[in-house]
Amino acid sequence: MHPTLTEHLLDLVQNAMDAGATFVEVSVAEEEGTITVTVSDNGRGMTKAERQKALDPFQSGGRKHPARRVGLGLPFFLQMVEQVGGHFDLRSEPGVGTSILASYRADHPDAPPVGEWPEGVVQAMALSDQAEMVFRRTRGDRVFTIRRSELAEALGGLADAEALDLARRYVRERHEEFLGKG
Amino acid sequence: MTKLTLEALRKLRAAKQDEMARREADGSSGTILIGMGTCGIAAGARETFDAFVRALAEHPTLKRVAIRQTGCMGLCYAEPTVEIAMPGMPTVLYGRVKADVVPQIVEEHLLKGRLVNDRIFDKPAVDLMKPRKS
Repeated sequence: MHPTLTEHLLDLVQNAMDAGATFVEVSVAEEEGTITVTVSDNGRGMTKAERQKALDPFQSGGRKHPARRVGLGLPFFLQMVEQVGGHFDLRSEPGVGTSILASYRADHPDAPPVGEWPEGVVQAMALSDQAEMVFRRTRGDRVFTIRRSELAEALGGLADAEALDLARRYVRERHEEFLGKG
Repeated sequence: MTKLTLEALRKLRAAKQDEMARREADGSSGTILIGMGTCGIAAGARETFDAFVRALAEHPTLKRVAIRQTGCMGLCYAEPTVEIAMPGMPTVLYGRVKADVVPQIVEEHLLKGRLVNDRIFDKPAVDLMKPRKS
């Protein structure tokens, strides 16, 4: 099991990229003691049977590792949500994309902390050169959004170490402003 | 400290464009690929990723090295795994690269051009080499 929500989200963004998505949006909203998480992509999507398999830890998409029978990203996330008595929904349609939605009480003793969000955002961005990624945190009426395309444009790409470090510092500053520490 | 706006990022990078173009032209960059599947993350690959970014970003000859992440590379038992492709050197897959090993790899492999032999895992898992038709 992952220690924080950010690790779960890294797994789910990776799933989206593996599904050929060119767009993925991750949102974590905190409102009146409830945390709502959504991860939506425009990847190849899944049939009903594939959706059921995706939640089984002893199954994987089978494209990257055809002989492997383990895939833990989504099952780990589902396990976490169930453990904290939350609600989970997986919607997916072949050719359209996949949306994962979860909500749970923030004050549940086993609810994971959000974790190192700025580092997680930049690490996710290092998965793809082309895909657009949107990361959003909402707390009440405060919203913090980072788009991969904006950072890549400002930095002339997000491939090299210097660009990734500047991106990390930028996201960290904006994130601290969002948290009220700036 | 000055606020780091998108405009500030643009200027910081623009000032270095000429230098960056020269480096690309002489092929002195390379690529570091970090396995960050569920297994890699559990073994500390996030800290490894950050350690490489921080170590290379400020280094005059290494800051243009590309750093990418990918899913499981098939060596879950040896996570975190890191593939390094530097010009003039063989592409090498290192295993058990926790953040505290990163300075050694930067110093030996990236700067001195010497392999860190006791960390090399040269064969990906069988299912990556020959996908079975099952």
